[in-house]
Amino acid sequence: MAGEVVIRIRGLVNGFDGTIIHDHIDLDVCRGEVLGVVGGSGTGKSVLLRSIVGLNRPLAGSIRVLGKETAEIDNENLKGLQLRWGVLFQEGALFSSLTVAQNIQVPMRRWTNMSQHVMDELTAVKLTLVGLPPDAARKHPSELSGGMKKRAGLARALALDPEILFLDEPTSGLDPISAAHFDELIKNLKTSLGLTVFMVTHDLDSLKAVTDRIAVLVDRKIRVGTIQTLVNDSNPWIHEYFTGPRGRAALAG
Amino acid sequence: MRNLPPVVVIRVPATLRTEIARERLRIVAGGEWIVPEVPRLDGLLKALPVTGAQSAEIDASGVDALDSAGAWLLVRTAQDLARRKVRVERLTVPERYATLLSAISGTETDASLNMHPPTPSFRHFLERLGRGTEHVGRQAWDLTGFLGRVVVETFEAILSPRRELPIPAFVHQLEETGLTALPIVGLLAFLLGIVLTYQGADQLKRFGAQIYTIDFLGIGFLRELGGLVTAIIVAGRSGSAFTAQIGTMRVNEETDAMQTIGLNITEILVVPRVLGLMIALPLLTFYADVVGIIGGMVMTYFDLGITIPAFMRELSSAITLKTLLVGLVKAPVFAFVIALVGCFEGMRVERNAASVGRLTTRSVVESIFLIIALDAGFSVLFSILGV
Repeated sequence: MAGEVVIRIRGLVNGFDGTIIHDHIDLDVCRGEVLGVVGGSGTGKSVLLRSIVGLNRPLAGSIRVLGKETAEIDNENLKGLQLRWGVLFQEGALFSSLTVAQNIQVPMRRWTNMSQHVMDELTAVKLTLVGLPPDAARKHPSELSGGMKKRAGLARALALDPEILFLDEPTSGLDPISAAHFDELIKNLKTSLGLTVFMVTHDLDSLKAVTDRIAVLVDRKIRVGTIQTLVNDSNPWIHEYFTGPRGRAALAG
Repeated sequence: MRNLPPVVVIRVPATLRTEIARERLRIVAGGEWIVPEVPRLDGLLKALPVTGAQSAEIDASGVDALDSAGAWLLVRTAQDLARRKVRVERLTVPERYATLLSAISGTETDASLNMHPPTPSFRHFLERLGRGTEHVGRQAWDLTGFLGRVVVETFEAILSPRRELPIPAFVHQLEETGLTALPIVGLLAFLLGIVLTYQGADQLKRFGAQIYTIDFLGIGFLRELGGLVTAIIVAGRSGSAFTAQIGTMRVNEETDAMQTIGLNITEILVVPRVLGLMIALPLLTFYADVVGIIGGMVMTYFDLGITIPAFMRELSSAITLKTLLVGLVKAPVFAFVIALVGCFEGMRVERNAASVGRLTTRSVVESIFLIIALDAGFSVLFSILGV
């Protein structure tokens, strides 16, 4: 892959209670690409994402996002980054006491001094972008369905036009139709906003639909490639993943 | 206004130029149209001079950068002009931003106007008052229903030979609510004994009747305070735990799973807690009575110089077994109420984590309220009976 490296991981080690999850992982994510991260349960997909955004302190290694070190949890380092990335957590992680509109405006209030009117207008823009109806703005998260929560969470992640978008299992818990729409949405956003997307997922259809490259976490290491190269990987888990019944069905389509 | 950290460096400040020639408005945008520039550009665009223009052209083909906020300003300007009967002939942006512009141009502006819920009014206040009142009534009704159910299930569990009392769960509850509460109940009872003695002695000294401090302490603690304080601690400690435990099980759908398997939720979750607490609380109350008296004894020794044998003599003449029993008889009733409310609120938890917290708080407040109300009721009853 050519292009500027926006996330650069070197020698990352993560582990809990004596169990090593990531053993000296290296990974580069380039500007403008969609990287899918897959792996079996407990292989540390979410831990990897959390390490990159500074929510989890790794045991060793370096993670540079847009040239800034996030492996050391240091607010000064993260400060400039927090408005250059957006994170969509698994269940949306919307602030339950705020309406959807207020949720989307939290990053705007934190990092800009736009007037309320402009923020309201931009909120309408973001809602349109993620495909939510305008009347969703006034609702509280508890009034939304799972898919709408994810869309609202995405709108909040996109509030400040981030350069990098992190998605933690964006299509899990959605019905196949909503999941397909979500894939489409991410693809469109990527082209229209020029996003770099780091996407943890289990969804083979999503992988095929939106990712440029795939990183597989297996045996505490990481393998990176495209679907075509990974299908022929010698590792039994990776082979099974892409050529098992579900993998074949997804890739055939 | 927040202190905006210099995180996004604006390399080329956004520019906006307008010219009107032959009833044609030309708006030329340049520089970086991105979020940090939006507040300034918003003001400039709002004050755009359009008088006399019949048609307009927005030329943003020279911008160095454009994000969705900047793109929105362009789209909004075009929409505004159209609303003011100015025909927008063209809106041009660099090729790489064309998809962004088309993604944004579908936004409905009217939506932004009623985005926030209306501010509370007097009517809103009245509505809440009404809802609250109705809620209290309904709550009391439901709690009564639950009371009946628990009583029936408890007796069935004890009496019916077919159904077995869940002994291990019961013993576990006894330990959780009784044994582990000993340190905190003991400490608080001891301190309360000291406080009570100090205040009593201080007042009675003025009449030279300081020896009656012991009567005051003995009767006050055994009849009222020991039981009340223990019940309140247990309500905060175990009543809340009941709500949180059962509530978490409801969030996890464990109670639903029990139901589909055909288990009796009340029998498994509620009966052991109710029975366990009804045994544990009287024991704790007795323990608190003893420790409280010891606390008072220590205080009378240091404050009034009354020796331990003298304290014992005075105490034994002041109190009888009846004094102790009058206090203790209330404990099972308090325990029943605490466990009942705790389990009841736990059962009402909805399938989200927030409701666990809300109902746990409510459970504690309700059970403490009921304890004090019942205690007042007991006082009235005892005074009528002349106990």
